[in-house]
Amino acid sequence: MQVNLVNENSVIIYFSDTVCAETTDEITYACQLFRSELNDTLSDIVPSYTSILLSCNLRKTGLQNFVINVRRVLNQLGNVGLTNLVRNKIVLPVYYGQEVALDHRDVSLHTGLAFSEIVKLHTEECYRVFAIGFTPGFAFLGNTPKQMTIPRKASPRLNVPKGSVAIADRQTAIYPSQSPGGWQVIGRTPIDLLDDSEECLSKFAMGDEVRFESIDKQTFLAMGGQL
Amino acid sequence: MALDIVQAGPLSLLQDLGRYGYQDVGVTPGGAMDTHAFHWANKLLNNPANAAQIEITMGPFKACFKQATSFALCGADVVATLNGNKIIPWSSWFAKAGDILEIGYPRQGLRSYLAVSGGFFCPKTFGSVSTVMRNKLGGLSKKGSKVANGDIIPFIAKVQPHTCKVPQQFIPEYKSVINIGVLTTYQFHQFSTEAKKTFFNELYTVTSEIDRMGYRLKGKPIEFAQQSFVSEGIALGAIQIPANGQPIILMRDRQTIGGYPKMGCVCNRDLNILAQATPGTQIRFFEQDLYEAEAELHQEQHYFFKGKNDRDY
Repeated sequence: MQVNLVNENSVIIYFSDTVCAETTDEITYACQLFRSELNDTLSDIVPSYTSILLSCNLRKTGLQNFVINVRRVLNQLGNVGLTNLVRNKIVLPVYYGQEVALDHRDVSLHTGLAFSEIVKLHTEECYRVFAIGFTPGFAFLGNTPKQMTIPRKASPRLNVPKGSVAIADRQTAIYPSQSPGGWQVIGRTPIDLLDDSEECLSKFAMGDEVRFESIDKQTFLAMGGQL
Repeated sequence: MALDIVQAGPLSLLQDLGRYGYQDVGVTPGGAMDTHAFHWANKLLNNPANAAQIEITMGPFKACFKQATSFALCGADVVATLNGNKIIPWSSWFAKAGDILEIGYPRQGLRSYLAVSGGFFCPKTFGSVSTVMRNKLGGLSKKGSKVANGDIIPFIAKVQPHTCKVPQQFIPEYKSVINIGVLTTYQFHQFSTEAKKTFFNELYTVTSEIDRMGYRLKGKPIEFAQQSFVSEGIALGAIQIPANGQPIILMRDRQTIGGYPKMGCVCNRDLNILAQATPGTQIRFFEQDLYEAEAELHQEQHYFFKGKNDRDY
């Protein structure tokens, strides 16, 4: 694998041309290795669908040395494979009621499926975190079942409520905070995805396994959900 | 022991050098837009390199020192006064308790950096003071709010034995045509020869759509055949070319991942110049050697971080 220079303190590595669970596994494990091997020379790491952007702390290392060490970790990765990969599993309760599934009509109309069928499809699948970005803790989860594929909204909403569960193309995501957004909203989770505690800001990490579990309105409200 | 904000101006933010280690969960690093000016302001006061300052975008700004302290002002070319007496930027000064500091609208440049001896005392959110309004992180409230009229920003009063001035050769001039060095990385080599020629030969103008996230430029469109890309990590200074061919340069508050093709990155040195550029400024891009740029940044960091107080950053 090639280590490509990006700027004075950053390099990018491309793992594959295709977005899939195998690539995600490889990237997730590479991130674990980079963190443990590069220590304080690493200032930031940005994994995404098929690549990892790594930035070094120039007060601890030079770019050339950093590249050598990144290569060393990549070789190590090639030797050990994915045997030590740790994969977090998350089950997220979601209320799919019509008052929070803001786009239930459009989704049914576009897919030709009853909304109950959409809920069934959405909860049956096991998703992987392919990337995190857009806003803090916004995890891009894939893949949604083919039958429920739908493009983004033609004009984005100015305010998507916090906790909204939405779909677009073959992906699904949860809005961790209220923000503008163009994805089709099909439900809402009562769980807070952002944590103010210093250790973990986001509930999700790259590579996590995520499932959705349908809950009723009472449970949603009892868990602190807001309508 | 505090600075009382009388008039905060349109956009004044508490900043340090940024929040690192959280980009993997989508948190932008943020931090001072012009690190050259920021570094000098702390250096003049013998502060730790990462000591918090107020980044004043445009102005006017007015504040009252409740305690005697040394302070420094670097960055934009502004008319500033202390109790009505003119003071010049890129210098440190001494303020008595009750002194009023006023900073006017810049004649050239966009951002001023106000530092006090020891730095402003502000709680850190995820390891940094940096205010990112979009992410609701940092600043005095820890919730990303900008400095407001009536804010009381604490510091530990400390008077330096003397005042200092930045040597003339390190004080940049903010010109109406600027040369910006580009590291030809990312998808640069996938652009056509024609597109590269356009990029380096044409002048691009800074539009009014500029913020801490990105600078949108206007000029001859740069063509790129492939428009849909798999999103990837965005480094500081990345030059995105969206479908309309008009470059967007990504700054400190940039999003962490994105799917536009990129011409490479603006080098760190020239990002500081760009951070001071106002709408209408014209840009000429040139190719910058990456390892030369790295050596320069390395040297700069070595100079500004050698203090004994820099261990915690």
